[in-house]
Amino acid sequence: MSAGNGATLAFARRHRLHPFEALPWIAAIAAFLLFPSYLPLGAQILATILFALSADLVLGYAGIVTLGHAAFFGTGAYTAGILAANGWGEPISGLFAGALAAAVIGVVSGFIVLRTSGLTLLMQTLVVATLLHEAANRASSITGGDDGLQGMQVWPIFGVFRFDLFGRAAYIYCFVVLFLCWWLARRIVHSPFGRSLTGIRENVLRMHAIGAPVMRRRLVIYTISAAFAGLAGALIAQTTAFVGLGFLSLDRSGTVLIMLIIGGVGRLYGAFIGVPLYMIAQDRFSEVAPVYWYFWIGLLMVLVVVFARGGIFGLVDRLRR
Amino acid sequence: MTAADILSAAVSIGFHGLAFAMVLYLISVGLSVTMGMMGFVNLAHGVFAMLGGYIVTSLINRHGVPFGLALVSAAILTALGSIVIERLLYRRLYGGDELDQVLLTVGLIFMSVAAVTYVWGPTPQPMHPPRWLAGEVDLGFRSFPAFRSFLILCGAALVTALWLGLERTRFGVRIRAAVDNLRMAQSIGINTSRLFTMTFALGSGLAGLGGGLGADLLAISPSYALDNLVYFLIVVAVGGLGSIRGPFVAALLIGVADTGFKYLLPGLGAFIIYLLTMAILLWRPRGLFGRA
Repeated sequence: MSAGNGATLAFARRHRLHPFEALPWIAAIAAFLLFPSYLPLGAQILATILFALSADLVLGYAGIVTLGHAAFFGTGAYTAGILAANGWGEPISGLFAGALAAAVIGVVSGFIVLRTSGLTLLMQTLVVATLLHEAANRASSITGGDDGLQGMQVWPIFGVFRFDLFGRAAYIYCFVVLFLCWWLARRIVHSPFGRSLTGIRENVLRMHAIGAPVMRRRLVIYTISAAFAGLAGALIAQTTAFVGLGFLSLDRSGTVLIMLIIGGVGRLYGAFIGVPLYMIAQDRFSEVAPVYWYFWIGLLMVLVVVFARGGIFGLVDRLRR
Repeated sequence: MTAADILSAAVSIGFHGLAFAMVLYLISVGLSVTMGMMGFVNLAHGVFAMLGGYIVTSLINRHGVPFGLALVSAAILTALGSIVIERLLYRRLYGGDELDQVLLTVGLIFMSVAAVTYVWGPTPQPMHPPRWLAGEVDLGFRSFPAFRSFLILCGAALVTALWLGLERTRFGVRIRAAVDNLRMAQSIGINTSRLFTMTFALGSGLAGLGGGLGADLLAISPSYALDNLVYFLIVVAVGGLGSIRGPFVAALLIGVADTGFKYLLPGLGAFIIYLLTMAILLWRPRGLFGRA
């Protein structure tokens, strides 16, 4: 790389690992050692971070506002769950099956949904999720319908590490999967492909004008994101041994956006801040009054949009300036 | 099935579908206009319909208010409430980021779920039609439920009034001008800020009225705005954003198709509506009456 080429250096610096990027992983390891009785919640938080990270890929980088991301999460969860309930409890292949199923839904629905924009796109993402929700509800002989999927038998990881009540294996399992996916997501975001996505988000017309295959790139990231969301769903299904209709609900699609926004969109790290904050607060509050939790989270949403755009990372940015 | 049975089923589907379409249109038309005029993605529009429903049911069930008066109060109160929200919150995000609008309005939906549970409890509110609308009306060849017939007549009257108002009054001309070309409307001296508020209030008032009228079709419960969001969005997107008549055609299509398929194919009912929606938008991404 030639010296003095400022732009090149800036780009090189952008995707070099920053020491701060180790923080979430140190925190996750510390949490494992310090709070052994909260590991089941911890594992759920790690898997949900992956879900929010997948939403960040489409929302933050490609600028696709979706209200149906739970479609992919639920597809992954039901795929892994149905496999485990029907005699194939091997977890790693279950994860891949979940991701693959979600990716198929992603590519098929993306082909239709991504042709539109704005409210119409939003509505179609919602319709896809509602369609799957309805399908899972009707096919109750396979999915358990309203009662949820019962009787999942998940085998030990590699045939050795058994999922126990204390959630140790589950926590490490989720940690490793999240780490690998984060690494992959980071590579994608900083690749030329990732940069062109940002270009599409910022100015679609110009990207069309310079000949970028806009539709194809959006479809690719939509599918990758769907696969990640499917992985997250499969992780939660395997570690909690339960899948319910709530996995496909609008509620789930909405809350993942909220968690992401609390942290900050389009930064890859918003999920790492927003999800733990949201889920720990929910764990505390919902013991007191589960319904009213929605009131406070809704109010928080309104306040974030009106006063703290960009979430916690956005606030930090503004304070530093 | 004999020919008479088929005819009878078709009449029945048409009748109930029309009633459902009226409710859908009354609720959704305001959403279409706010989308077209201000480009604002108001996912919380269903909250106003829900409030209308709660006002009507609780005025009738708890306070014994006459049905007509309850409906009018629902429309006025939701319109007034919407003015407060528009001035306080929505105004800040006009022309802003779509994501912010989605988040703000999803936040409002979540707040409404909890607030309504706090005030009215988690169970759906029953709708008791007044005595003069109970039972059936006999039209000679067959009889129809009186309350649904009233709903259709009431809806038809409102739709006619709305369309005439938009075509013939100065206020209507301004709204159409602002939907067509906002900057031009501002340039010729239309106070678009006040116009926004009034249009928003009108749309929300109609939604409140629709929610109240349709309280036995779309059950009034705390998750109303979440459960029915997809229907309202489908009507607006299939009709074409900003269009006034488009959503009416879409509401008719969705209302009749939904009723029909749920009756004929109970196992698949809702699927077909969703697939139909996707197919229409694949064919015409801007909706049936949307402009390029």
